[in-house]
Amino acid sequence: MADLSVDFCGIKSPNPFWLASAPPANTGEQVMRAFEAGWGGAVWKTLGNPIVNVSSRFGGVDYGNTRLMGLNNIELITDRPLDVNLREIAEVKRRYPKHVVIASLMVETKEEWKEIIRKAEDAGADGLELNFGCPHGMCERGMGSAVGNEPKVLEELARWAVSYARTPVIVKLTPNCGDITEPGEAVFRSGAPALSLINTVKSIVGVDLDRMVPLPRVGTGSTNGGYCGPAVKPIALHMLSQLARHPDIGKLAISGIGGISSWRDAAEFIALGSTTVQVCTAVMHHGYRIVEDLIEGLSDYLDSKGMKSVSELRGLAVPQYKEWGELDLSFKVVADIDPAKCIGCQLCYVACMDGAHQCIHIPGKTEAESYAAGHLHVPHEIPAVPVTARGGGPGARVPFVHEEECVGCNLCQLVCPVPGCITMKEVPTGKAPETWNDRMEKGTDVVPGGLEATIRAKAG
Amino acid sequence: MIRAEPFVLPPERLEERFEDKRPRYEPAEATAEANRCLYCADAPCVKACPTSIDIPTFIHKIGTGNVKGAARTILSANILGGSCSQVCPVEVLCVGACVYNHWEREPIAIGRLQRFAVETTLAQSPRLFEPKPLSGKKVALVGSGPASVAAAAMLALEGHSSVIFERKAIPGGLNTLGIAPYKMKGDEALHEIAWVLSLGRIELRTGVEIVEKDTADGQVTAESLLRDFDAVFLGLGLGADSALNVPGEAGPGVYGATDLIERIKSERALSFTGAKRAIVVGGGNTALDIAHELALLGLEVAMVYRRGEAQMSGYAHELDGARLDGVRLLESRQPVGVVREGERVVGLKVVPTVDGAAQAGPESVIPADLIAVAIGQARATQIAKAFAGVALDAKGRVVVDAATHRTGNDRVWSGGDCVNGGKEVVNAVAEAKVAVADMLQRFNEEKGN
Repeated sequence: MADLSVDFCGIKSPNPFWLASAPPANTGEQVMRAFEAGWGGAVWKTLGNPIVNVSSRFGGVDYGNTRLMGLNNIELITDRPLDVNLREIAEVKRRYPKHVVIASLMVETKEEWKEIIRKAEDAGADGLELNFGCPHGMCERGMGSAVGNEPKVLEELARWAVSYARTPVIVKLTPNCGDITEPGEAVFRSGAPALSLINTVKSIVGVDLDRMVPLPRVGTGSTNGGYCGPAVKPIALHMLSQLARHPDIGKLAISGIGGISSWRDAAEFIALGSTTVQVCTAVMHHGYRIVEDLIEGLSDYLDSKGMKSVSELRGLAVPQYKEWGELDLSFKVVADIDPAKCIGCQLCYVACMDGAHQCIHIPGKTEAESYAAGHLHVPHEIPAVPVTARGGGPGARVPFVHEEECVGCNLCQLVCPVPGCITMKEVPTGKAPETWNDRMEKGTDVVPGGLEATIRAKAG
Repeated sequence: MIRAEPFVLPPERLEERFEDKRPRYEPAEATAEANRCLYCADAPCVKACPTSIDIPTFIHKIGTGNVKGAARTILSANILGGSCSQVCPVEVLCVGACVYNHWEREPIAIGRLQRFAVETTLAQSPRLFEPKPLSGKKVALVGSGPASVAAAAMLALEGHSSVIFERKAIPGGLNTLGIAPYKMKGDEALHEIAWVLSLGRIELRTGVEIVEKDTADGQVTAESLLRDFDAVFLGLGLGADSALNVPGEAGPGVYGATDLIERIKSERALSFTGAKRAIVVGGGNTALDIAHELALLGLEVAMVYRRGEAQMSGYAHELDGARLDGVRLLESRQPVGVVREGERVVGLKVVPTVDGAAQAGPESVIPADLIAVAIGQARATQIAKAFAGVALDAKGRVVVDAATHRTGNDRVWSGGDCVNGGKEVVNAVAEAKVAVADMLQRFNEEKGN
């Protein structure tokens, strides 16, 4: 059994799984139930001067039969009195001393920061998370993402916090910015030892087409919300990678957030540099119980790779992130369809025909029919391989990949409904590895067929 | 891998001709089906499972690629979750309770997902659980059916040794010798037993009979078990098939149903030469099983039942399945004699019934070359009675306290068919769980003293 415990800038956690600052971490009773279920820590629903919330508050994005691919909310920070939250934090820490409680904080003035940090730490919080990320409501009042968007302001506030705090300060970043390394560098300069990201993405989930009001509707109007859930994971992974590979910011402890629902998601965040991960939407959808799969799945994965602890996994994928110009232009893959798994739906065919390079053929067509269907190249022979999967219809044929024409774009594999049916197999090109940057250096970066003005300029 | 099985069935068994009705999912099929599951909370499928497997959790784990974790969830609630995935009447248990049923959508194929998770995992990593250190306690289990095997496995994981005593040469009881082959074959059940034995701490002695007084080799007395072991578990199963007790019954061509199923599953090159038409007498699940099996072997099968379809104790889905494969149901008829020409069976003489009661006439003969009698089984009373304090009820079932599955003897527990009169494998496991939990509590108390 791999060791799942982690050390997050001095904060010891039994595992890397924390509840994100959000409705699942709203009360002490909830946080204690989460700890009982197995969560290693919780970032408390953001403390500050209590606010007033609206009804309704959430909007969801479904895709086909999948509910809540994305979730959007216009709820603000805690609406409960500060002393109630602090009392509950103290009670949770008394009953669960080995679990981590981080106080998420959001206030305005220097004096307010000073007071709330003292009170949160006196209550027993193991660390502080500065909420510079919330992109709805609070930012109109000059807090949340309004701070995260202004590196100088962020740096100043973070410096205050670091100077007042006895416990580690984590700065939570907003993805609603142009270049995440700018606020990241501000965090580094402030002296804070850690950051967390991403907070939610500014969003409108839809429009009520009868009332002509965006969603979620509050009476006759709506406002932008913060978007989260599985849909934002790729945005989060990218920003995480930019921070983790940065020579300064990469030294900070990072708590990854953004659409984490399974152990695999968590492992990906850790491989790209997170020490802990925070989860919200998946818990809002399915409850605290999902942590069992997170813990077990990550532990079994580490065991299967011969890794003894989470820290061995941390950051392993970071060096393989490269600029486009550093990618090998000689590498090639082509699609390979397994007749034993193909069910004959021809979704790969239509995707390749209309969305890619017309290199997948349906067996049984004449050359003339193939050209009429829109193929630009037709191979001499298209083998009629019968579908042998249990799910295949009688007489169905496996579509055929014309490998010479396949550019290896992955699209067919991505649309195939049967996992593992289409694989992208590597084919040797016989060419030495060469990147675009190599070509720039050698002066072979002009591709025939371009503009005359460009050629003239190059010729100089 | 699991070591080579110590127990092997002969080749050329009739059961090998049967196709699996629900073959194991391919990984892609399992993923697609798992992702259809709603991951219900407080789920009805869990409540419908006698062993309370956390079904939504294990299916969720299959969906995330955590197949090993899925197997852990299954087997920690039901150590025989492998065979249960194939033999459970899921239509009336978990699958029947799936919320999709009420929404006119296909319920989740829970049994097939369970089979996928368990088989995939045990093929790759049979050492799924780390047994607790040895306690020094030793339990004797009488009979090697699912109740005893499950109990021994759970005890092994808790650190207790056990010895299973089996009268037959092949272990597993009905799980090996009584399951319809289109659900599970005998060697699959033996494979599961081999996995349970691989947990260690379990000794399996076949060809040993438990008796009141030993008079021959291969016999062990009940008294010696009580003397040599810290606890005894009776997983006796049921006895021989009941007979019709009608003229002409004795002789070739008339079989007890469980006996015939056992021969289909374990006898080399069994054949029903010349037999074209079969009659199965009875309306329970054993009757449906043998009728369905004979139909799949190519015989023309009629079931003769004393009452009407609505009164049958066999499952409606099993009757539907049997009918699809050609079985006919003849209701409200009572056999009164077997008609023979010389030795050969040629038919079954029946009279009509009203509310199950036979009428005086008219008699009629239903032609048949083979008759299987599935009207119940005797109880294994002799063995149970050999244990002082163990009581039987009026129907010959071992009497236990429902909360503990302890018998009238303070050190004897019991579960499975001998207690419930003949239910599913999953019920046997559930009862073994109750008994083992009580044994463990007892061992703990003794340790404390």
